[in-house]
Amino acid sequence: MPSAAANLAHTPLHDWHATHGGRLVDFAGWEMPVQYGSIVDEHNATRNAAGLFDISHMGRLGIHGPDAAKFLDAIVTRRIDNMKPGQIRYGLVCNSEGGILDDVLVYRWEGQLQSMPDPPEFHLVVNASNRQKIIAWMTDSNTYGQIEFAARVDDLTTSTAMIALQGPRAIELVDPFCDGELTSLRYYRGRATQVLGHDCYLSRTGYTGEDGCEIICPEENAVEIWETLLDVAEEVGGCAVGLAARDTLRLEAGMPLYGHELSENITPLQAGLAFAVNLADRDFIGHDALVVSQSESRPVRVGLQLDGRRAAREGCSLLYEDKPVGTVTSGSYSPTFERPLAMGYVKPVASAIGTPLVVDIRGTQLPATVVPLPFYERGK
Amino acid sequence: MNPETLLYAKTHEWIHIADDGGAKVATIGISAFAVEALTDLVFMELPEVGRDVKPGDSICEIESVKAVSDLYSPVEGKVLEVNKPLPDSLETLSDDPFGKGWIAKIQLTSDAGLSDLMDHAAYQAACKEEAD
Repeated sequence: MPSAAANLAHTPLHDWHATHGGRLVDFAGWEMPVQYGSIVDEHNATRNAAGLFDISHMGRLGIHGPDAAKFLDAIVTRRIDNMKPGQIRYGLVCNSEGGILDDVLVYRWEGQLQSMPDPPEFHLVVNASNRQKIIAWMTDSNTYGQIEFAARVDDLTTSTAMIALQGPRAIELVDPFCDGELTSLRYYRGRATQVLGHDCYLSRTGYTGEDGCEIICPEENAVEIWETLLDVAEEVGGCAVGLAARDTLRLEAGMPLYGHELSENITPLQAGLAFAVNLADRDFIGHDALVVSQSESRPVRVGLQLDGRRAAREGCSLLYEDKPVGTVTSGSYSPTFERPLAMGYVKPVASAIGTPLVVDIRGTQLPATVVPLPFYERGK
Repeated sequence: MNPETLLYAKTHEWIHIADDGGAKVATIGISAFAVEALTDLVFMELPEVGRDVKPGDSICEIESVKAVSDLYSPVEGKVLEVNKPLPDSLETLSDDPFGKGWIAKIQLTSDAGLSDLMDHAAYQAACKEEAD
């Protein structure tokens, strides 16, 4: 492979991946492991035990200043100004037309770390591909509504690492290494704490459909935390997991991925993310366009189930009663269900659960049925 | 078959040419390197028997969890026979890529494409370069 690697960013775990069988690819400007061995084995290890992910490529932004909450409330579709310390919310950053600039996790800081005497009020975790765009957008938007907010963005991405352990065994495996009980941390909550004695921000979040946690740690501690968690995960049948299985896991969990299900030409309402849009009694960039779009008939995101083993891939056309009605945005063979699954956008007329569609896979037309999302939900 | 005596295309097909009563017949498959690179095979179709093919023609698809790959004919000729049980036992491709994992037999109608094929040593070198 010609080495285009020179310009790619490396996470603090890059050398570990390279020396432990990680197959490295360019992902959003980062050289990342797509897999270490079998994608299906990595996927199933996460569903059945615990999968360890290097997600340090994700953008981590600290938001400082007395107006941090008001500022984020003005650019995120989800209500932010009533978040309590420790809460985490999923939301969208939209342009003034309601198109999605990124989907983000907003963390309201809780806890204290000796190494961070002046912690940010909030963390934002953004997609690697959108990090620079969102930083620029936040800088430009700081005069939104003619008000300048007393808020400042601090890019923590390259000074920290981010490691996820996901799966039914994840919480019990990480717990012994944390200061304080991780088992008492609720889903979508986080706090500053120590992991292996290092200052970290720990959250009960993830992108796999499993229970689990994500750890933001100083870059110099990444390898120690990674190797420690990998050791305990391997004892219960877990393993390191690359981006390919991360993609099949999130697909089964019905989670959208920016650049596939989400783009600047798609609104959160089309994407089925109304839960993350609070329109009442507030204003944010894109608010008015989203109110208007409620009465429009745009294509909507659906889940699709196919028979056989041949997967519908991104870009495949969808037909209903012999007419084109949409396009596949993500699709793969599903290791959990052992059949092909896909997500796509279709006209509302073809979006009802049970609608029999036809998908054109490179000239071969195969049946595909609209089914509810998510495909996979873990047992409670 | 012994991988060291086979010929290889740069798109990772292996080729074994035999003389069958005066006719030249190429047996083709995909290399262990390619199977290893694909990982997690989930689906394949077989070439169409009787089809006339030229070097570089896509003759069937092999799909893994991650992506779809084409199998290209390294030679010119007519597809004589295909390995019918293979799509239902894809593990054969990883277990025995140079033997029971053969995909098709093509009766050659010319020598087109043959001069582009590599011997085992050259193919090993090409794979090493690709892996780096």
